[in-house]
Amino acid sequence: MAFTNEQLERYSRHIILKEIGVKGQKKLMNAKVLIIGAGGLGSPAALYLAAAGIGTIGIVDADKVDLSNLQRQIIHATNDLGKFKADSAKESMQYINPEVNVIAYHEFVTSKNILELISDYDFVLDGTDNFPAKFLINDACVISRKPYSHAGIIRFKGQLMTIIPGESPCYRCVFKEMPPKDAIPTCRQAGVIGAMAGVIGCLQALEAIKFITGTGELLTGKLLTFDALTMNFHKIALPKRNHNCAVCGDNPTITELVDYEQPACDL
Amino acid sequence: MLITVSGEKKEYAEGLTVTELIAQEKVEMLEYVTVSLNEEFLQRENFDNQKLNDGDVVEFLYFMGGGK
Repeated sequence: MAFTNEQLERYSRHIILKEIGVKGQKKLMNAKVLIIGAGGLGSPAALYLAAAGIGTIGIVDADKVDLSNLQRQIIHATNDLGKFKADSAKESMQYINPEVNVIAYHEFVTSKNILELISDYDFVLDGTDNFPAKFLINDACVISRKPYSHAGIIRFKGQLMTIIPGESPCYRCVFKEMPPKDAIPTCRQAGVIGAMAGVIGCLQALEAIKFITGTGELLTGKLLTFDALTMNFHKIALPKRNHNCAVCGDNPTITELVDYEQPACDL
Repeated sequence: MLITVSGEKKEYAEGLTVTELIAQEKVEMLEYVTVSLNEEFLQRENFDNQKLNDGDVVEFLYFMGGGK
């Protein structure tokens, strides 16, 4: 597949990078990335991945655009209110780069649909806002050996890690099980600075691009945390493996997916 | 003794336990924090007995559930 003149120009700033080049750009154009959640993290990730020329981008979200989303979910605009986020995100991505094949899924991930949803993709981005989804995505990706990027944000803080199942510790290795409902505040309850979603979502997009092009060091075996109030980035080295992990340990107890419900908090 | 906590090297009293460190560092949501000591995860039931030594590296890992 030869580049057209237009493609050479559109992707010239990638192609000139020795770490990417023509070869890396071709890899990006042949890659398939699934973004779960077209929200704070998913918005910047989807925009940059579309701009980067990722061949196919799937975007999964059953929500509709709400006025309170627009403070940070920059893929949606005021005239998108009430539209499916997946559709609104698709329009924005194709507006930036009509070459990208965007598939909009108007659904939330569940134990029933997630394995099929992720099966077609090379890399998955978790941009969800709740623990049942985050644990489900982790377990599904580990079980199907799908590389993915986990991230979370709250207030002025954010963090992310990249998981290559079989090679690096997973989310459940670090956080064994779901905290009770309402034990950990959500962005709805505690707030989040919009640009934090931008920082962390962009870092997730970078991890996807690095994974696809085989460039640099991934955040595998590391949890990168960022505090916007102090501007401190801190990379926490994780143990090589957690032998007791319920999904990727020596004797996994989670071998099939169920829909997780957060235990009620007795506080 | 010097211990590196969340990337910062500081002086702490000899014989400090993980539970005492958690209190001293005002760790938030302490029921749900994951603690690693020298790149190994600690079991919660060992926090009380686990004494820290000079040169140890301690990290607190917190849940962050937001994203949308």
